[in-house]
Order: sequence, then C-alpha cells, then structure tokens
Amino acid sequence: MAHITMREAISQALWEEMERDPSVFILGEEVGVWGGSYAVTKGFYDHFGPERVRDTPIAEAGIVGGAIGAALVGQRPVAELMTINFAFAAMDHIVNEAAKLHYMFGGQFTLPLVIRTVGGGGRQLGATHSQTPDAIFAHFPGLKVVAPGTPADAKGLLKSAIRSNDPVLFIEHATMYQVRGDVPEGDYTTPIGESKIQRAGKDVTIVTYSKGLEISMKASDQLAKEGVEVEVVDLRSLRPLDMGPVLESFRKTNRAVVVEEGWKSFGVGAEIASRIYEAAFDYADAPVKRVAQDEVPLPYNRTLEQAALPQVDDVLAAVREVL
Amino acid sequence: MNKKEMLELYHEMVLIRRLEERGAELYQQGKIGGFMHLYIGQEAVCTGLIAARQPNDRVITAYRDHGVAISCGISANEVMAELLGKATGTSRGKGGSMHMADTKRNFWGGHAIVGAHLPIAMGMALGDAYANRNNVIICMFGEGATNIGFFHEAVNMSKVWNLPVLWVCENNVYGMGTAVERASAVSSIATKARGYDMPSERADGMDVLHVYQAAKKAIEAVRAGNGPFLLELTTYRFRGHSMGDPERYRKQDEVKKWEQSDPIGIYRGYLLENKIAGVKALDEVDDLATHEVEKAVQFAEASPEPTLEALYENVYADG
Amino acid sequence: MAETVTMPKLGFDMQEGTLVRWVRTEGETVNKGDILAEIETDKATVEVESSASGIVRRLLVDQGEVVPIGSPIAIVGTKDEKIEVPSAAEASAPSVERAAASSTSPPARDGGAAPVVATAGHEALPTKASPLARRMAREANIALGRVQGTGPGGRITRKDIETTIAGGASRVADAGMSTEPSVRITPRNDATVPLSKLRQAIARRMTESKSTVPHFYVTHEYKVDSLLDLREQANSVLQADEKLSVNDFVIKATALCLREYPNLNSVFQGDQVLRRGAINVGVAVSVEGGLLTVVCKDADQKPVRQISAEVKAMAGRARSGKVHPDDIDGSTFTVSNLGMFDVEDFGAIINPPEAGILAVGSARQVAVVEKGEVRAGWRMKATIAVDHRVSDGAEAAQFMQTLAKYIETPLSLFL
Repeated sequence: MAHITMREAISQALWEEMERDPSVFILGEEVGVWGGSYAVTKGFYDHFGPERVRDTPIAEAGIVGGAIGAALVGQRPVAELMTINFAFAAMDHIVNEAAKLHYMFGGQFTLPLVIRTVGGGGRQLGATHSQTPDAIFAHFPGLKVVAPGTPADAKGLLKSAIRSNDPVLFIEHATMYQVRGDVPEGDYTTPIGESKIQRAGKDVTIVTYSKGLEISMKASDQLAKEGVEVEVVDLRSLRPLDMGPVLESFRKTNRAVVVEEGWKSFGVGAEIASRIYEAAFDYADAPVKRVAQDEVPLPYNRTLEQAALPQVDDVLAAVREVL
Repeated sequence: MNKKEMLELYHEMVLIRRLEERGAELYQQGKIGGFMHLYIGQEAVCTGLIAARQPNDRVITAYRDHGVAISCGISANEVMAELLGKATGTSRGKGGSMHMADTKRNFWGGHAIVGAHLPIAMGMALGDAYANRNNVIICMFGEGATNIGFFHEAVNMSKVWNLPVLWVCENNVYGMGTAVERASAVSSIATKARGYDMPSERADGMDVLHVYQAAKKAIEAVRAGNGPFLLELTTYRFRGHSMGDPERYRKQDEVKKWEQSDPIGIYRGYLLENKIAGVKALDEVDDLATHEVEKAVQFAEASPEPTLEALYENVYADG
Repeated sequence: MAETVTMPKLGFDMQEGTLVRWVRTEGETVNKGDILAEIETDKATVEVESSASGIVRRLLVDQGEVVPIGSPIAIVGTKDEKIEVPSAAEASAPSVERAAASSTSPPARDGGAAPVVATAGHEALPTKASPLARRMAREANIALGRVQGTGPGGRITRKDIETTIAGGASRVADAGMSTEPSVRITPRNDATVPLSKLRQAIARRMTESKSTVPHFYVTHEYKVDSLLDLREQANSVLQADEKLSVNDFVIKATALCLREYPNLNSVFQGDQVLRRGAINVGVAVSVEGGLLTVVCKDADQKPVRQISAEVKAMAGRARSGKVHPDDIDGSTFTVSNLGMFDVEDFGAIINPPEAGILAVGSARQVAVVEKGEVRAGWRMKATIAVDHRVSDGAEAAQFMQTLAKYIETPLSLFL
C-alpha cells in the first residue's frame, strides 16, 4: 500500500495509462507547459511531449468537440476542463454530442473519451467559479459520471474511465487534492457504477460522495463517540447509480441522510431519496434527510461562503434529526 | 475523369433529386416524421465535393445530409429505410433524417446542433494526425453555422494545430429564414478565413465540375500538410429550409431565378453539348434513378420496425 | 395606504385572544401607539396599541369574538381610500412566518419551502406513523390508534411499536404465565355453522316454551347417602351393562311422586287442564348437535332395573342416530340430569306441552350439620320448573318434599 494524496493518485493514473496505451493523450487549457492549473499534469509535458500533452486555446467546446472527434477515429483522449464551471461552455458537446452519438447512429460511433474536471466551492472564488452541478450531468443517459472521494478510488476510477469505451465525466474536488489515503500498489481498476461502504454501522445510513464523504466521515467519528454507529455509503458513480448497497444499508438502519455539496433542489439527494422510497418505503422509520448547499449563489466573503456550504455540524444535525 | 465517371456524377445528382422528391411525398403522407431538410438544388455540392475525395478521407456534415449520404456511397435503400425509421436504416431507425451515418464509408453524420460538429471534425483531424494517417477531414456546414461560437473555436484550433481539415461552407444564402447579409458581418464566408490566416476559395456550387475541381485542389492542398482550408460553395435550395417551411422570407421570383441554374440542368446541358452522353442515355439514367428510388421505398416499407428492445440498445458501448 | 391590524401574539404560547372591547370606533382618528382595543388572553386582559396611524376605517371583529393570532381585526387608513377586507388566510400567513422565522434558523437553507400556516381550519390528520412502523403494526396486528407516538410531531416510529409489543408481552408475563418476550397475536377468524334440523327444532321449541309458558322454579337439596349406598349394593350384583345410575332412581322416584301430584303431569289447554293418565317420564339425552328426550313410558309401574335398561337402550339409539319415533314420543314430564358434569343445580326449560321439568344436579359430598355437628354428607340438588298456569309454588314445593321421601328413603322405590 502507498499512502498518497488525491492529486498524486490522479496524476499516477494518467501517467500509467499514457505509458500503457499510446492512444491516450491529454488536451486542455494549461495542461502542458503550465503543468495543469491544479498541478495534476506537472511533469507530463517534458516526458510525453506536446502532441500527447496538448495545450489548447480557451475554447471549451473546441476541447470537448476535439476530444470527441479524436475518440471517434480511435484515440483515447483525456480532455481537461479547468473547472466544472467552464463545462457549461461545452454543454452541447458534453450532453448533446458525447452522450448521444453512440446511440443516435445505431452504435456505429464509439467514444472512448474522458473529460476530467474539478468542482466545488470553499476558496472564495465567487459564484461562477464555485459550483457543484454534478447532478445536471448525471441527468443524461449516454454519459457516465464519476466522482471519487478517496485517492484509491480516484486512481482506480480514472483508469477505468480511460479504458472505458464510453464517454466519462470524471469530477474531482478543488479542496480534496491534498487528502491522503491508502492506494494499492501496481495496476488496478475500480469499476464504474459501484457504490462502496466506506464505513460500516447500524444506526443510520449516510449516502454521499466526493467532498460529502470527507465531512461525513468526520461526522461519523464524532457520532461514534456518542454511541451512534453510522454506515457511510460512498456512491462513487452518479451514473450509473448503484443503489444496491444504499438500499441494503437502509433496510438495516431504517434512516438515511444524503450529503452533497450541490444544491438540494433537483440534486443528487433528491434522486437518492426517491429511489429509497420507491424500493424500501416500508423500511423507512423517518423521512430521508438531505444535507446540501444553501440555495444561494456562493458568495466571496469567507464566513458567508462557509455558512452556505455543508459542514460537519450540518451532517451531525441531520443525523440527529432522523434518529 | 472518364466518361463513365462523368455519367456517374449525373446519375448521382438525379438519384439524390428523385430521393428528395419522393421523400417529400412520403413526409406529406405522414410516413416520415420529425424534421426533414431537402437538398434539392444543392446536388452539385455533395456530388462534386465527395467525388474529389480519397476513400480514406472522412466526410461530416450538418442535418441536410441525405445527398451527402448518397455521395458517400450509402444506398438509397438504407437512406429511405432510415427516413421511415426502420431497423434497416443507416442508423437502425434511431437517428432519422438528420442523423444518417456510415462509418464504413467514412460518413460521420448527420448532425443537428448547428455548428457543433465543427469541433468534432477538428477533433477527427486531430486524432488522425495523432496517428499519422494521411487523410483529410471534409467538414460541410451552412453559412449560418459560421456565426456560432463553435465555428470560431474549431476553425481557430484547426489552424493553430495545422490540422488536415477542409472546411466546406455550403452558402445557400439562407440560414433557415435569415439571409446571410442579415446574420453575418461578411456575406462572403471565404472572407472569414482571413481572420485565421487560412487559405480559402469561393466556387460556384451549382456547377458540379467547378465544385469537383475546386474540391480536388483544396483537398490535396490540405493533404499536403498545409493546414486547414476554407472552401465556400455558393448554392441555393429550391425548397424551404425543411418540410413545412412557408418560405415567407424569400420571394418566389428569386427561387424561380435560381431554378434556372438547376445543377442537374446545367450538367445535363454540359454532357449533351460535349457529346459525353446522348439524350437517350441521359433519359435512361433518369429512369434508372426513378426506379432505384421506387425500389428503395419498397425496401423501406417492407423493412421491419426496430424491436422494443432496440430502445435500450447502444446507450453505452460497455453496458 | 391602508394597513391591516392583526390579532397580536401577546404570549409565547398564545394561540388566540378574545376581543373584549374596542377602545376606538370606526371613523375615529388613531395614532400609531394609541390604545385600539382590549384583548383577553388566558393569562390576562391586555391593552393593545394600534400599529398604524390614520382613521379607523373598519373594525373586523365584534366585541367578545375569539380571534386566532395573526387574524385581521381592523383596517386603519386614510379617510377616502378604497379598502379591501383581507381574508383570514392572507393576513395570517405573514405573521406566522415572522413568528416561525424568529424561532428557527433562516428559511434560506431549507430551499425556500413555504411555511406552514397554523391557522384554524385544518382537517384532522390521519395517524402519523412511519412506513416502517405501519408495517410492523400490520404484521403484529396492533391498531395504530392504540400506540403512543414519540417521534417528531407525535409520529409513531419503530421504537413505539416495539415498546407496545414488549408492553403486551410483559403484562402477560406479570400474570404469572410463561411467555416469550413479545407475544405474537394470531388473528382469530369467525366461522359460520349452519343449524342442523335438530338444533332448529330445539331453537323453535325452547323459544316457544320460554316465551309462552310462565316458568317458576323450586330447588330442593336431597340427602342421597342412602340412595348411593343402595345403588352401590345393587350394582355389586348386577352385570356391567345393567348397572344402575342415580338418574334411574330419580326417574322412578319422580314417576311415583307424580302419581300423588297429577296436576304436574298435565297439559295447559287454555280454559282447561288435561291431566294425563299415563306417567311417561322424558329423559333428556345429549346427542351430537343437540338434545333428545327419550321417553320411559309408564315409568311409575316399571322397576328401576327396567327403567334403566330401557333408558340405556333408547339413549344408545338416540346417540347413534337410530332413534325410534316411539322412543321420543309421548312424554308427560321430563327429567334432565347434568350430574355427570359436576353441576350444583340448574334451571331447565319445560318441554311443551308438559307442565314441568325436573333439573337434577350432581351428588356431592359436602359439609352438613346434623345434631349441631358438622360432618360430611352426600347431597344432591334438584330444581323443578313448573308452568304457573297449571300450578303454584306451594304445590311444587310439596312435590319436591314428597320427592325427598322417595329419594332419601330409596327402599320406598321398591315397595
């Protein structure tokens, strides 16, 4: 086992896949010479060269469209959108082209592309640079959307995404790059579309992913001291969504809290809660509670921003409510 | 080109014309649904352009794609079956009029979001260049698409990276109901290439041989590694933007005037004048084309609908 | 701009107030802060100030009316402006919202959900129970209405059902019976049994008897020590299938007694009484699905042994469904014996058209007082039911006394 950061895990996955498969190449803004705005591709340019680590103009539609085209003709591009906030400028290519081309043409087109991007708030970057619109992308059949919460999952999922023949949106979190975790040595992949129990418990189920996992685990440690054993289910994939472990846990604990950084309205929690009620209504001893961001654009001021974002205390309060 | 090849160009244009006319009838009978954009009047563009390509050159276009499909070598049967939504269609009935494709014949669709396929075309060129293949991407689009951001991003990137893309603008004067001078800062699209320091040319899209010659030159220039090229072909669509277009934005006088320049008529005249073919031979080709289209309609009508299971097929490649 | 004055919340838990007295009337000028009305809460009467300045355009409630907090009570505005009388819901919503906002966290976090309007007029809600609790209650056959909910808003949760189940089990355990920790109640279903012909007949005849014949009852306790001794002696020399029962003696005794009381061996016939000549003692025999009365004819003339044999045979036929019409026809007085069931005494229903029936209990060893001393003795109670149209208490009592002669000195049955 290696004990590395999320950044290192993602970087390693990319590096190893590029070494392994010459059709894998990276394109995006500042990925090459700059080394990546989050330093994920630091060192890549010198090693792999400008053809395989391709700096692009500021042209998100061009980046994603370009990745689509390259994928169509047999390459495995890993496009980077500097932040998920900029993904909107490529919305058509992500949800209208990448998600649909394989289907619309009767399976003739294969799109083995990955779009890596970064979401989340908490760094006082203002409303347009701080969003977590994951649920929007997870809405579209034809696209796969993953968002790891641990370095081990990040490395395994990115490898799976790159090796997948489907378009995968790989969502990283801006404030989790330095999170450390154990990562298996050697080559391994983590399957896309599988949830994982990150912490076993019997009193209440927390369903979460990405940054939500971090605060949920902290809340669970606190709750354990009070004698409450929380079971934390990490979704890891938003589409395909694996409800198996979630429902199994819910049938055991009869109460659930969904923790996400996006907004509550029309968010991930709305989907999870619905599916819990559809499949396990008679096991519910309390309504499913959702912890999410306040329904406001995220402000610059630090206190206000932190107040709007879900914190450990919010998770604690929600768990206590359902107990 | 030899006589046979030249006659084949005529056949292709007439086939496309008959296909479109028959398609319009079927649409009005309610057998074709959704949107349908007819290529009538523009036949010389796809015919001349694609005749100039090598088989390994890729073609991608927007939604006015039936003629392009035929020129790429897809049978009238498959085109008609796709129009009727049958399982034997180019896209197994899942795409419809706007989304025909056949990767085996290097036809990459059939795209409905205006301008969105341009970055994809640029990407295909990127991918081919990455693999050191020596092919050209022929990307067709209307003049309306040159005003959307995707055009700028794609063309710019193709030039920055020196990619082998032939940008072909079919300037048929109208972007839906908006004439080019109302929508674009410059009405001659070839002019826009200057903004990218990209070579360009403007040719008469109603004359199939002019198109062929201009295309041949441009394709080879691109293949030679000179980077992207913008070829503007001026043309005109004799029918509306799509079925059901009441055409309030243009006068019928204008349409009639352009119909004098019917590409099929022009080429027919050329063949007769230069004694490449006689009236009888050309009439036979006309009849053959009509017959082919009828067989295509029969094929399509007799073909099965996709099964209900097909609804869930091909959402993902990996499942 | 006219302003609506609403019933203010004057206390933490105030839900409504009574408008005791308007201090200002319609048309009067009022300044913000002036006393507008006196309002009574359940704690005190309070003077309430106007929240607006202007003319009192409209007083919306009468003196003495009880008004929920937040409801509009008056409109204050300028003299001539057009005013609209607000509906209760409109004006009450904002003040409830304010009240809610002051006591909870800001609504923004909750996604802007509309606050609940706590005004009058909400319908009764169904029992609040979590889906899990409902399922558990269903499976354990517990009525939700009986469960105390301790969840939010009084919701019944799993815990509450578990408590209810455990409570039921512990009550049973307290009663000293051994049970499992939680008793599982099995629902018992009703069953429909069609009436047999016999049962229908009994139902008909007994209803007729009880509702038309005025019954009265006389009970007598008989000393049966001698009877039992005699029986024992007799049975010691009889074969197994000939053994005499106590009832055989009673039948003979009754028959002999009826010779002396022919009035009880009769039939009421409206304006006359038919005294039957023969003394045919009916003997009630329990059969499957009911009761049959087999008849020992001329019992007074037959020896006990014969009575016993006949009754045995007829009862046997009755029980096996092979009864002869003769067996059950012609009874003039019935004897019904429940002695084999440890019955002290009971009252029987007369078999119409007879005039009486003797109900015989068990022979029991009881404490008796003889010559001032308590000792053990055998006693047997019998109760006669008599048709009061034919006879009276005195005669019946005398009959029972005379019967004692035969029962308590059983040798008299053989003389």
